[in-house]
Amino acid sequence: MPAVTAAPDLDARRAGLDRIAIVGASLAGLSAAEALREAGFEGAVTLVGAEAHLPYDRPPLSKQVLAGDRDGQSTALRIPERYDELKLDLLLGRAAARLDATAGTLELQSGESVGYDGLIIATGASPRTLPATPELDGIHTLRTLEDCLALRREFEAGPRVAVVGAGFIGAEVAAVARGRGLDVTVLEAAPVPLERAIGAAMGRVCAALHTAHGVDLRLGVAVEDFDGSARIERVRLGDGSSIEADVVVVGVGVDPNTAWLEGSGLVLDNGIVCDATCATNVPGIFAAGDVASWHNRQYGEQMRVEHWTNAVEQGRAAARNLLAGPLAAEPFSSVPYFWSNQYDTRIQFVGHARPDDEVRVAHGAVDDDRFVALYGRAGRLVAALGFNWARLVMGYRAKIAEGIGWDEALDGAASLE
Amino acid sequence: MNIVVDFDKCDSNAICMGVAPKYFEVKDDNFLYVLDEHPPEDVRSLIEDAVRQCPTGAISIEDD
Ligand SMILES: Cc1cc2nc3c(=O)[nH]c(=O)nc-3n(C[C@H](O)[C@H](O)[C@H](O)COP(=O)(O)OP(=O)(O)OC[C@H]3O[C@@H](n4cnc5c(N)ncnc54)[C@H](O)[C@@H]3O)c2cc1C
Ligand code: SF4
Repeated sequence: MPAVTAAPDLDARRAGLDRIAIVGASLAGLSAAEALREAGFEGAVTLVGAEAHLPYDRPPLSKQVLAGDRDGQSTALRIPERYDELKLDLLLGRAAARLDATAGTLELQSGESVGYDGLIIATGASPRTLPATPELDGIHTLRTLEDCLALRREFEAGPRVAVVGAGFIGAEVAAVARGRGLDVTVLEAAPVPLERAIGAAMGRVCAALHTAHGVDLRLGVAVEDFDGSARIERVRLGDGSSIEADVVVVGVGVDPNTAWLEGSGLVLDNGIVCDATCATNVPGIFAAGDVASWHNRQYGEQMRVEHWTNAVEQGRAAARNLLAGPLAAEPFSSVPYFWSNQYDTRIQFVGHARPDDEVRVAHGAVDDDRFVALYGRAGRLVAALGFNWARLVMGYRAKIAEGIGWDEALDGAASLE
Repeated sequence: MNIVVDFDKCDSNAICMGVAPKYFEVKDDNFLYVLDEHPPEDVRSLIEDAVRQCPTGAISIEDD
């Protein structure tokens, strides 16, 4: 992590940076706010959030909270006193409706307006829905605490559950539902789940995890529509068959929350388009977290990452770079990391895979539910996936960052165990 | 400085280990181990990073 060298607050004041606004009061926004204070920024920091809650954590929503092992309150990211300590002006329960980047003002849905000298946008992402989803009870998506508690209540009645989409959220929901003894069908359009994220070979390994735990996994099926009178009764598939279900969870990915920025002058293309330092095309405006598409020098690619650790690291980097100013801003280079807990398996993934990467199981064995697979491309190690082997996967994060070669990684694997 | 981990909260996702591998390790039994509970003062900001990044808020620093 680059150290802050100059006294940033002095620099910031010289640059006329007295008021910083952050839109999106969740992980990336909060991380940015903390980094501003840590760097010594003493001006006003306003944190605007659409949700009424103080910032809370999402990963438990498809894990412990959904399973009933933790309550909703336990997901708070910070204790309330922390916000006083940070001297934040919290405007919660108020969505930003419009950005006037020329005047430097945000208009909120409540009618208030917030002026700023510097702005960090961290509005995250929202679940996609399927076209023409009818207004039936029992059809859910999962992003917020309310979504989670509503789904948890449904699970208590012992429903038959259909999960649409075998991505990580869908997979975790299926795992929790099975853990509660519910009948679960997972419907996935692709022939192999997660192929884009982790490649076909490992996608099949993840698929096997579900079938081994009694999930009725249907691959390559198209969801045609949902049927029921007041509540969902069945999901109709493209081949004419249907699945009986009392609860449907749609987990078909998320879209970045950029609708409110249309016409603002910010370049939008699968998120807010940023350069390597998380700066947008408008000076003084940065983006971070699930909403930001930035140039990741680590891979020489524009990418948008929807993981927890990225929201923290990128939120902090955006804040530092806003204070540093364009000349001193440092690129945010990152090896993405995420984890997912499914059944008794802890899945961890570092890096950035492509479907045509070479994949080798370098540690353990897939059948033992404990292994690490390495991904190689153009002579480099680019990613690693582990089941129940955190120690090794985390070690590979550092190696990928260093740019270790593919052969070197394979040759050295045995000595790491 | 004294590193304290609340193991009831810890989710073994090894984020702390990514931040400070010399001090945190999720071993092959999937449990987190603190390798050195009393790190020198000059790594405080690194340990603070781990505290901040832990998604379950399981790590804290106590001053001895
Ligand atoms: C159920 C679930 C489980 C997950 N599990 C994992 C996991 O195991 N591992 C992992 O690495 N990642 C996981 N993630 C992903 C991780 O939680 C996200 O990457 C992270 O929350 C992104 O943080 P963010 O601050 O960028 O966006 P968000 O957390 O999406 O926050 C954005 C905030 O901005 C607000 N907002 C949106 N528009 C506006 C507006 N116009 N004005 C004001 N506020 C606005 C939103 O209401 C929201 O509160 C999970 C996500 C979910 C939903
Ligand atoms: S980051 Fe937190 S939850 Fe994860 S292993 Fe470390 S202490 Fe446990």
